[in-house]
Formats: sequence, C-alpha cells, structure tokens
Amino acid sequence: MTINEIQDEIIEEFAFFDDWMEKYEYIIDLGKSLPLIDPKYKDEAHLIKGCQSQVWLHAANEEKQVDFTADSDAIITKGIIALLVRVLSGQPAEAVAHSDLYFIDKIGLKEHLSPTRSNGLVSMVKQMKMYGVALA
Amino acid sequence: MATATKNKRTNKVDFDKIRKDFPLLKREMNGKPIVFLDSAASSQKPNYVLRAMDQYYKKLHANVHRGVYQLSQEATDAFEKSRRLVKEFINAPSEKECIFVRGTTEGINLVASSYGRKNLQAGDEVLISTMEHHSNIVPWQMVCEEKGAHLKVVPINEDGEMIMSEFDKLLTDKTKIVSINHISNALGTINPIREVIAKAHAKGIPVMIDGAQAIPHLKVDVQELDVDFYTFSGHKMCGPTGIGILYGKAALLNAMPPYHGGGEMIETVTFEKTTYNTLPHKFEAGTPDIAGVVGLGAAVEYMQKIGHEAIAQHEHDLLKYGTAELKKIDGLRIVGEAKEKASVISFLLEGSHPYDVGTILDKLGIAVRTGHHCTQPLMARFGIPGTVRASFAFYNNKEDVDKLVEGVKRAARMLG
Ligand SMILES: Cc1ncc(COP(=O)(O)O)c(C=O)c1O
Repeated sequence: MTINEIQDEIIEEFAFFDDWMEKYEYIIDLGKSLPLIDPKYKDEAHLIKGCQSQVWLHAANEEKQVDFTADSDAIITKGIIALLVRVLSGQPAEAVAHSDLYFIDKIGLKEHLSPTRSNGLVSMVKQMKMYGVALA
Repeated sequence: MATATKNKRTNKVDFDKIRKDFPLLKREMNGKPIVFLDSAASSQKPNYVLRAMDQYYKKLHANVHRGVYQLSQEATDAFEKSRRLVKEFINAPSEKECIFVRGTTEGINLVASSYGRKNLQAGDEVLISTMEHHSNIVPWQMVCEEKGAHLKVVPINEDGEMIMSEFDKLLTDKTKIVSINHISNALGTINPIREVIAKAHAKGIPVMIDGAQAIPHLKVDVQELDVDFYTFSGHKMCGPTGIGILYGKAALLNAMPPYHGGGEMIETVTFEKTTYNTLPHKFEAGTPDIAGVVGLGAAVEYMQKIGHEAIAQHEHDLLKYGTAELKKIDGLRIVGEAKEKASVISFLLEGSHPYDVGTILDKLGIAVRTGHHCTQPLMARFGIPGTVRASFAFYNNKEDVDKLVEGVKRAARMLG
C-alpha cells in the first residue's frame, strides 16, 4: 500500500469512534501494544528531546526503502508514533521525503503535532522525512 | 470597585462573586466549561484590570516623563500612581526603589548582570537552592562563567524543603549573594526566607528573593523581611503580561551600574561621556510598558481590596481539600509535601507519564501544567521526567477541585 492508501485506511478506521474517549483509548492501546524499537537504540544518539515527552527514532534502509522503529516515554505519544510508523515505514525513501501527512488532521490529532506542544513528534516527523531525503 | 465585595456582617469575602470578575473563566475548552488550574504559570485577569488598561489607551495615552502638554502629564501621573500603589503593596520605603521591569526573569537578570558583574570575582560564590526556576539559575550561571565565580546549590529533602543545616555550611566568606525563591513554582514549598535573610545578613551577604509565586498568595513586606532585592511578575497576580517589579534597597541600587542604556535612564549625554539619571529611572531605559504599568496598578488595587488574608485562607482550604482527595486515588503520589506550602499540587500517577495525564485532563476541559516546570535540576533531584501540576488561585472553588479529582480518576482508568 502507498502512504496515502494507508492514511485513508486509518481515517476510515477512526471514523468509527463516537467520541474522544474511544479514540484515545484506541491510541493508548496502540501505545501499550509492543515495544516498537530495539532497546539498544534507546540511547542518546536516537533521542529526540521534547519538553513534554521524549521520542527515540531509528531508521534502517534496504534498497531505497526506509524502515522506521520508534518509541516514547509517554503512552499517547507512543500511540501516535505507532500510526506514523504504520504510514511511513517500509515505504520508498523518495515517497517518505515528499509525504504529506494529512491523516493526523483528519483524525483530529493535529494538536499533538503542533510545535508548541513540544512532545518530540514534530521533530520526529521532520527527522523521518530527512532520512527519506538522505536515502532516496 | 463593585466587585470584590465583602459581606459586612460576617466580614467574609464572597469568592463566588469574585469568580464572576474573570470573563475568561466563562469560556469552554474542548467543549467543556474550563477548569483553570494553571494560575502558577499565569493568572487570569479581572474586568477591573482590563477596564483600567482599556481606559488608559482610550483616554490617557501619551509617552511618559517627556511632554510639556497636559495629556503627557496625565499619562505620567497614571504611570507613577502605579509605582506608588506597588510601593504600598510591598511596603517599600520609597517609590524610587520600585523599578518597573518586564517580569521576574528580567528582575533577576538585572541584578545578576549589574550587581553580579560589579561584585563577583574569580573564586566567589553565588548561593541558590535546588528548587529554583531556570530564571533564577541561568542568569547567575552566565555571570559566574564570565567572572570565574561558582554557583552553589542548597540541597532539599524528600518533602521538598531546603536543608537548612546544608545552607549554613554553604554560606561562607566566599558567598557574595544568595538568591532563593520565596515559593517554589513546581512544589509549592514556602521557603524560610526570614531565616535565610537573617543568616546571610549576619555575614554581611545580600539576599535576592524570587517572589514570582509568593506575590499572588502572601502579604509581602520588604521592610519587615529586610530583603535586599525582591522581584515578581504582574501576570501571576492578575495583572498584564510583560510587566513586573524589581524592588532593591536604594544603597545597593545606587552603587550598581545601569543595566540597559538608552533614553530615560540618562542625565546628560555627550559622545564622550554620559551621566546617569537617578533611581528608579536609571534602570528604566526606553519607553516603558505604560499600559502594563497601569494594569499592574489596577491589579494591586484589586488584590488589596480582597485582602491577602482572605486569599491565603481560601487557597489554603482548596490546597487541603485537593491534597486529601487526590491522595485517595490509588497510585497517586504527590511530589513536594513541605510543611509550609502554597496552593500548588504536583503529582504523578504511577505508571503514567505526566503528558498522558495532562492530555486526558485537557480533553475534559481541565487546564493543568505538565512537564518539568522550568525546574529541570529539581526534577533530576527527584529522578522524574516531570509532574502534573494543579495550582489554585482565589477564583478557583471546590467544584474545580472535584472536577480535577474526577478527571485524574478517569485518566488513571484509561491509562492504567
Ligand atoms: C518561581 C518562579 N520564578 C521565576 C519565574 C519567571 O517569571 P516570568 O516568566 O514572569 O519572568 C516563574 C514563572 O513561571 C516562577 O514561577
């Protein structure tokens, strides 16, 4: 699936939620589900410092395709990371570099990707795209 | 002021009525009536202050201390009236010792830069505490670095209180100034500043107090405290943002070099040499925040009308009630349990990150602060990434506390 196909799929899934509670419970579950990153990458070199929460990001590439793994100390941040990884990981580097992540706004989580929120997510998305540029 | 009314018979302040003075508290957040519990970061503004600033711009505005014309004189009168109000508010000996600054941050920077540069030498020490706000750490670090001086830090105990026996040891002949907060913004601890000042003065060492958190809650009398420098921000005491006060003893201020150069702070200027104006103008370069000063004056009047005693009592009741109710929640840990505490509750939910708790509370219309509260060394001392902080002002009520407690329970269920 392409980046936009996955985004549309997520938007459809989120349309089923009746209220913010259900939505956040789902994100929290995503956040709890699995460690997303190999613990050995949870180091200073992979750390993206936010004021509110911290994020670790690791990128591996195979044949012009980027695989992302990431983690956060905050569970809601981690749940949103799971969505971002689902959209961008395994995609062609070129597509990652030029991706437009409209799904975040559509599923009503825009506030979490606001620079003033300072949870590390804005920097993480920037970093992901930069890996795309570098590896394309 | 028709607002801050006291019930004459009981002499009790009607805080339900006072709450109605704050238009912002009528709005919603995320579709719910707002529960504003972040006054330690910045308080909301009563109509009385808003009206004063509006009227100033509509009827009095001109630049101050300059014009020969009547309007400028009236603006200057309004400006200087606020200085008088502030002087009375903190019981300063003289208006000249009340300098308008942008806020606490600028007050500390002014002293660190001006007093510090003049008086610090290599090997000297500046004494602060573990629970300082970054604005009472970084300015001192900067001047210490420049001068080869050292920053010394008084440790705290598990409850979040300064360990005074350690303070005694750290206060030495090398100490050139002590700078401590009156009340900790992250923990609510009320520090024993009387003792700090007495002990420092016994060794001839001046003391600066960061009063940002104290001024909205306690009666501050700078003469009674015998404090050398005391600074605070207007925006935490119902006044506008961008204006604050640095009080300093005249003898110290007179001996200090100016901080900023420019208009207003000079006596005569030639290209060869400038002589400086007298206090307080020496430290007030440039066109000041006149409307802000007028708003600050109105905030002082407003707070005084309610009275610090009533405010402190009301907030203490909320603190006691909130602490007791929150403690009933399984896995909730309060960070900072000093015996002397202001209406700030910092807490953690076991297994949950403060950001997650804050996010869910936000969805419920409850505004709290999460994170390190500009006190990273303090968080490091407790080995935590941050806390959730609820802070209560006099316009909060029991219902706000109940909503907070319900919200935290909901967050605990969702995150647990
Ligand atoms: C204890 C303390 N000191 C200093 C400050 C800085 O105040 P301002 O940002 O108004 O300059 C604050 C504000 O958060 C504070 O709580």
